[in-house]
Amino acid sequence: MIAFRLGLFLVLVVLGAAAVSLVWVPQDVGAMAIANKLKPPTLAHPMGTDHFGRDVLSMIMVGARTSIAVALVAVGIGMGVGVPLGLAAAANRGGWLDEIIMRGNDLVFAFPSLVIAILITATFGPSAVNAILAIGIFNIPVFARVTRGAALSLWTRDWVMAARVAGKGRVRISVEHILPNVANLLIVQGTIQFSLGILAEAGLSYVGLGAQPPTPSWGRMLAESQTMISFAPHLAIFPGLAILFTVLGLNLLGDGLRDALDPRLRRSR
Amino acid sequence: MLRYILKRSLSLLVSLLIASVVIFAAVEVVPGDPASYMLGMNAQPDTLAALRDELGLNGSLIQRYLGWVGGMLQGDFGVSYTYRTPVAGMVADRLAVSLPLAIYALALSTAIAFPAGIWAAARRGRLGDTMVMGATQLGVAVPNFWFAMLMVLVFAIGLRWFPAGGFAGWDKGLWAGLHSLTLPAIALALPQAAILTRVMRSALIDALSEDYIRTARAKGLTRGQALRRHALRNALIPVLTIIGMQFSFLLAGAIIIENVFYLPGLGRLIFQAISARDLIVVESVVMILVFGVIVVNFAVDLAYAAVDPRLRARE
Repeated sequence: MIAFRLGLFLVLVVLGAAAVSLVWVPQDVGAMAIANKLKPPTLAHPMGTDHFGRDVLSMIMVGARTSIAVALVAVGIGMGVGVPLGLAAAANRGGWLDEIIMRGNDLVFAFPSLVIAILITATFGPSAVNAILAIGIFNIPVFARVTRGAALSLWTRDWVMAARVAGKGRVRISVEHILPNVANLLIVQGTIQFSLGILAEAGLSYVGLGAQPPTPSWGRMLAESQTMISFAPHLAIFPGLAILFTVLGLNLLGDGLRDALDPRLRRSR
Repeated sequence: MLRYILKRSLSLLVSLLIASVVIFAAVEVVPGDPASYMLGMNAQPDTLAALRDELGLNGSLIQRYLGWVGGMLQGDFGVSYTYRTPVAGMVADRLAVSLPLAIYALALSTAIAFPAGIWAAARRGRLGDTMVMGATQLGVAVPNFWFAMLMVLVFAIGLRWFPAGGFAGWDKGLWAGLHSLTLPAIALALPQAAILTRVMRSALIDALSEDYIRTARAKGLTRGQALRRHALRNALIPVLTIIGMQFSFLLAGAIIIENVFYLPGLGRLIFQAISARDLIVVESVVMILVFGVIVVNFAVDLAYAAVDPRLRARE
């Protein structure tokens, strides 16, 4: 429970910082003040300034928006496509549709995700939108598999049989009865994929394939700090901590939700 | 069993076929003509046409696809547009860095995860367990390239124990090679070790709740003896599955870490090839990686079926 609360706290801090940055930041992230460059943390700049004299705290606050937006939309893509596929596969268990969907899943899993993400961003040009696409595609099989797995066991329940006797078709049963019962699992999986998305976005922007300048992003802040790490380590430390705490918060939140929503899982943990 | 092997082999071939079509199609839509990349802006049209012909870029889509797949089946992965050397040789050179790096990282992660997972499972719910689980939470949340940068700051720039980047080469000796791969291997191993520790722990805890453990305890074995002699073996199956998955991930997934340390590995080769529009290198290397993953999965499936007859029946 402590872990869950800590996770919730961390996530709320990051969400709060991102929300506040929409209306207020300590210093405009576009404003450069070369005279003020590479200052270590002070009261005026709690996380120091970068090589253009920009306030690191402000950049991290605005960067949170990029990370959250990319990861959230990527989860949306994964759920939006993966869940219907998983429901369809379970409703047609053992049929050709099930076979095609599951083999397609295996195929996507066989591709090295990072390589494909790099290929996609290199093909269509580096941008936040293409990073979303690259991360989202690999969320699809994850949600399809989780949904199918959970739905398969639900299809054997008596209340599904009752719904069939009442004359409901597979689609209606999937939407009206199966989906609400797998929603818990999907929320938990969504939290996990969200945190993986934050890490993936950071990695892609680190190699220059995520959000492009002047949009601040945590990964690119780390990439830019690399050559200055020996004399301005604060440039590398704070964006990294931002990623670490966000991912940690989401993971703790996900674990806590899983325990709360499915007490049976507590046994093995 | 034979029926199962045949069925799985057929599905393996279909997967490889679809993968090759997908990779070929994906690379085909990459904008930019490799010939004009190689010759620059001021190239004469006839020189361009001649080069396109030489690179085999003039045939129809199907001709080029068949040429590519046919070549690979004979071990010919094409010739790099930018380096003008056979792709097979380049891949072999890069594997000399990537393969040892992946093995090194996997060895480190296993060496950390086994004792940590066993220790935590044996102390389930107590302080030691909580500490190990807390550490794994941090391990999976740390971006490994950031951890790599911090290690460079401390161990390369500060203490000067390791180089900040680059690869010494195996011709300087095994020690020099391993020395330059140590920081990258640790950075890669950290999140993997955290995941593996959790899998090891929960597999052990599941195994410890089985009836045969109660029987073993009733026979007079201590908790530790029952864990080592009976639970550990049964917990290894999920752990080995994860190790297999991690190996293929480490081989292809080191791109970012290779970038942090300027290592001439397979990942950096793909990255450079994509930027230089060296499409034949991209196609072939991605295909080799996907082939590796699909074949490893196939082998794992067969091994399971051989061990566990229930899996054969389920198909």
